[in-house]
Amino acid sequence: MSRYQSIMKKSTFLFILLFISTLNLQLFAQRAEMKIIRVPELEDIMEGSDDKIQVINFWATWCKPCIKELPYFVKAQNKFPDVEFIYMSIDFSENAAKAEKFAIKKGLNPEGLYLIDDVDYNSWIDKVSPEWSGAIPATLIIKNGKKYFYEKEFHEGELEDLIQ
Amino acid sequence: MKKLIALSFVLLALVAFSFKNGGYDVGDKATDFSLKNVDGKMVSMESFEDAKGFMIVFTCNSCPYSVLYEDRIIELHEKYAAKGVPVIAINPNDDEKSPKDSFDKMKVRAKEKEFPFSYVYDETQEITKAYGATNTPHVYVLDADRNVRYIGAIDNNTKSAAAADKKYVEDAVDAILNGEEVPEKKTKAIGCTIKWAS
Repeated sequence: MSRYQSIMKKSTFLFILLFISTLNLQLFAQRAEMKIIRVPELEDIMEGSDDKIQVINFWATWCKPCIKELPYFVKAQNKFPDVEFIYMSIDFSENAAKAEKFAIKKGLNPEGLYLIDDVDYNSWIDKVSPEWSGAIPATLIIKNGKKYFYEKEFHEGELEDLIQ
Repeated sequence: MKKLIALSFVLLALVAFSFKNGGYDVGDKATDFSLKNVDGKMVSMESFEDAKGFMIVFTCNSCPYSVLYEDRIIELHEKYAAKGVPVIAINPNDDEKSPKDSFDKMKVRAKEKEFPFSYVYDETQEITKAYGATNTPHVYVLDADRNVRYIGAIDNNTKSAAAADKKYVEDAVDAILNGEEVPEKKTKAIGCTIKWAS
């Protein structure tokens, strides 16, 4: 084997290695954002935590009033760093990438991005709240282990008042 | 004593009001209506002679979940209208809040999809309030006496009709036609909020 050939082989190997590692990085980056979950994980999230207030907003990219109220959630999220803001997308799972891109562009807390992948809605709507008709936007606030449910579009300042 | 009486009246009024606000429950008798269809004629349940029931579907042009169900609503009508249970689709949305749901846009959509059923506009939103519809699509199945026998979703898979293994509306209509009890009387589904006039 000539010296030239050996260098070529080595550099091809290095190139492939580099290529694979960037691919991995990309996969990893995607994983860190919107998490696609099923109903048991949603129930776990709604179990709440003892010391933190949780705000769980049900939204979708196709829902106009949802998109209208998102800036108020971002405002509240920035004002109350100790409150856990969770954005539960109801978009279909095949649209997860689109929903994620949209959510990040809107400034939603990346840690709190979820997509609930279960279209048998009747099986889980009541688990969120028996008061919920199924219309979105809908928001669940969990405070000291108590659930407060709102089937409405929030306006400027309303959310802050509820959290305080 | 007077205070007590006054208080009980207030309570009674509150109960009556909240009941009215909540719309129909299964077992209630539904009101008839006279609403303008996309062909320009007024439609009421009374105008369907010998009907054995109705599938009243609150739906609209603008809600993606309503659009996903359009073909299934057409199929429901084609399957059951001949048996005496037609679909009447009611658009409940205020056209100022939701311009895509104007009467003119309804005509366009009905033509595009060749809706075989009446697609009427509840311009004052009074019928929508009386029924208590909250989102689109939202179905009320009535029997021949206009008693509400089912309220809720069309089936249990919004994404795909083929993947749905529970066909709530079909089951309800079959039960009415066979003189049986409706197996699942109330369900819920994700949908768009009704756009109320302010």
